[in-house]
Amino acid sequence: MTTRRDFLKAGGALVVSFGAQALLPRAVTAAPAGAFGTQPSHIDASALDAWLAVGADGQVTAYTGKCDFGQGIFTAQVQLVAEELDVAIARVTMIECDTAVTPDQGTTSGSQSTPVNFNTENLALAAATAREALLEMASKRLGVPVGRLAIADGTISGPGGARVTYGELVGGRRFELPLRTTAKRKPPSAWTTLGKPVTSLDRVALVTGRFEYVQHVRVPGMLHGRVVRPPEMGATLARVAAASVRGVPGFVDLVVRESFVGVVARTQYAAMVAAERLEVHWKPGPALPPRDAFFDFLRRQPSRDQAAVDSGDVAAALGRGGDRVIRARYTYPYQMHGSVGPSCAVADVRADGVTVWSPTQSVYPTRSCVARLLGVPVETVRVVFKRGSGCYGLNGADAVSFDAAILSQAVRAPVRVQYTRQDEMKWENYGAACAIEQRAVLGPDGAIAAWDREAWVAALGSRPGYDRPGNVITGMLLGHEPEPLAIGPAEPPKGKLNNNSNAVPPYVAGCIAGACGGEGTIRSERVVTHTVRSPLFTGPLRSPLRIQNTFANESFMDELCARAGADPVAFRLRHLRDDRIIGVLRAAARAAGWQAGPRRGRPPAGEGVARGRGVACVGYEGHNGYGALIADVDVDVATGVVHPRRYIIAHDCGPISNPDGLRNQIEGGLLQGTSRALVEEVTWDERRVTSVDWSSYESLRLDYDVPAIETVFVTPAGVPATGAGETSITLVPAAIGNAVFDATGARLRDVPFTPARVLAALRDAG
Amino acid sequence: MTIRLRVNGTDHTVAVDPDTPLLFVLADEFGLRGPRFGCGVAQCGSCTVMLRGQPVRSCVLPVRHADGADVVTLEGLGSPEAPHPLQQAFIDEGASQCGFCLSGVILTAKAVLDEKPDASDAEIRGALGGVLCRCFTHARMLRAIRRYADGLKRTR
Repeated sequence: MTTRRDFLKAGGALVVSFGAQALLPRAVTAAPAGAFGTQPSHIDASALDAWLAVGADGQVTAYTGKCDFGQGIFTAQVQLVAEELDVAIARVTMIECDTAVTPDQGTTSGSQSTPVNFNTENLALAAATAREALLEMASKRLGVPVGRLAIADGTISGPGGARVTYGELVGGRRFELPLRTTAKRKPPSAWTTLGKPVTSLDRVALVTGRFEYVQHVRVPGMLHGRVVRPPEMGATLARVAAASVRGVPGFVDLVVRESFVGVVARTQYAAMVAAERLEVHWKPGPALPPRDAFFDFLRRQPSRDQAAVDSGDVAAALGRGGDRVIRARYTYPYQMHGSVGPSCAVADVRADGVTVWSPTQSVYPTRSCVARLLGVPVETVRVVFKRGSGCYGLNGADAVSFDAAILSQAVRAPVRVQYTRQDEMKWENYGAACAIEQRAVLGPDGAIAAWDREAWVAALGSRPGYDRPGNVITGMLLGHEPEPLAIGPAEPPKGKLNNNSNAVPPYVAGCIAGACGGEGTIRSERVVTHTVRSPLFTGPLRSPLRIQNTFANESFMDELCARAGADPVAFRLRHLRDDRIIGVLRAAARAAGWQAGPRRGRPPAGEGVARGRGVACVGYEGHNGYGALIADVDVDVATGVVHPRRYIIAHDCGPISNPDGLRNQIEGGLLQGTSRALVEEVTWDERRVTSVDWSSYESLRLDYDVPAIETVFVTPAGVPATGAGETSITLVPAAIGNAVFDATGARLRDVPFTPARVLAALRDAG
Repeated sequence: MTIRLRVNGTDHTVAVDPDTPLLFVLADEFGLRGPRFGCGVAQCGSCTVMLRGQPVRSCVLPVRHADGADVVTLEGLGSPEAPHPLQQAFIDEGASQCGFCLSGVILTAKAVLDEKPDASDAEIRGALGGVLCRCFTHARMLRAIRRYADGLKRTR
């Protein structure tokens, strides 16, 4: 059981090693912005002592602002510190994401947060700085030049048996040094701890049921809260019949603020009963657009337009193409994070300070928003990360942290808020729905002469950041607006090509004012995105917009291959010029024994199972990881059921911190992508979301006969690490769809690939 | 109402509303971490415990139905120092990501193999049809269960 005292104890040790001065509050508004585009922390991230402390016993404590949700970066960061400092893994204690003691590293998200990548400039640099400093200290102490010293597990030794330990050199004292940007990190060729398949350090606790999630945090005097949400988006509170819960045994209080409604009780059960019994009247919200015409609705909305690239000659090139222009529209639905454990947080709002135990990906931004919602100075708020259920992006973690703080402030006691399945599913920030239209024309040489891509993306809210609590449901109910959408036409693209959402197909040159940042060769190119106001909340969901865009780009490329009568791998290679994406595509084809030739996609004769093979490749966010996936897929022609049987993926993320952890992420990504390609879709009726549990929102369960997965790592020499958490999932819908075309000639342009849609596509193909 | 429970081999009595779901009693009264709230409607398996030797969904089971019963949770199966062979198989296969679903996966698999030690992969999967893992660690979990099942065969 975790108590407030335990947490303070954990922090307290640090206060001693840093000196109390470090924890003195400072006027936040007066201070300059932090190093990560953030509001300043009292922790100076340019100081080595902010990241590492060496105890007298030689134990190393490391502080990180990047946290583990199950993706394995706790372990990888421990490896990182152990490697750079030359100590055994067992000597490293890692403290993650606690605004009292860890530097502000913004949000831990997606492929921005892969183990080696995000720490290139901070924790890794700190460890490398510390190692150099310790060697210099040892050199003085032993009278031996640094070049003749060697380190083994925190002991530095020189010739003739001279030796000194880290603990003896600096144990219990501060380094008092700035991070040295010149500190040399070890090259991957010299790694002994990084790069090895270390089993996740949480695993034994997880499988034996000992792991402490945020759901298990218990604070003395803690009460249990539940929220009572409106029935639909945009509904506002009319009135609450407080008398309806007064008789519930254990009921403590009803909390109403604007349209925020919550109950607090002595036990979880009492809170649950009170939330169910509470009689609340709501003024209805606006009707939702009909689901069966949703993508046409999106196209009619006012939009904020952005052009990633526009060579200016696409319309003319397509015009010359006349009826040879190839067109297709792809759609992708709202999908859920659908965490298996609904979000939970504990808050303790006291006169002398606020503590929130939160599963958020963003402790500092959460601290800032909590301060704003409670009307207290930000320095008085401490947000401590405690892992919840896997989040895959912005699930209810931030909103529930706000809920707990609001309830605790109202009842003047620590409150734990546990969402119900419905609370989570109806109100999380869904992965965005989009419609993507593609147009292209082939030239006389059979190559693609022009590519035009236009997308309509539904967006509302997102991460709250430091000052936008209205980006999630709790903030909106409290009267805060989501980030407004600046409607307007696209500015001409300028600067460096930005392909952060994979909107730009890898086959175009990506030229802006003569500088070509794309991975391909097509010079006549246009990539436009229209962002429109979504009727439902949206936010980052594993591979946000990237899975949608890559589905549309790689499916369309397959259509172009078919039209050109070309082999899908060779035709892709013909339009690529980036070595790393070429490298993974070739590696996947080799590993799969790819048989060259055009895919005609003949409709199968009669009933039974048709087999096909599809390929898709990506430069994730342009240059933040590379992958190529080949999928072998069965299509039951009679039922329309699509079943992937084998995946071969070639993956390049540069040097790999933990190959076992990476494989786990790649495999999980491929299967999560399979679930999202085949079955996942948020549904709604005239007014409300109807995906409220696991019978109304499907997910492939443990009984699914999973495809065999073969992973090939491609690691070019001398390249820096890139993202790795979202590359594999990004490829799945396109690879499956392309395999279905190969098997049957049916083209799937709408995710998810439900049996009804597959049967309809089969009829169209036949 | 006073409820008597034997949880992971220890006898407890607790005074609670008899309609309280067993899960809340285990989590809040006894501080157990293995069974977790996932859906509250018996659709996902996160709250699974063994009740009188059978896997049940403790989120929907009023504690009065468990009065006097023997309950085993994920932490009762084995300890970090001495994991149950099935837990060890999950460690050996690296079969976890966030880990939140593990009570449902491990206890349901154990139950099917207790009943039928030579269950086929398809039979094991069939038993896991009501269990959800949203990190999609499926492949490793099924390998871990297979490893444990193969071990059972060898020891028979």
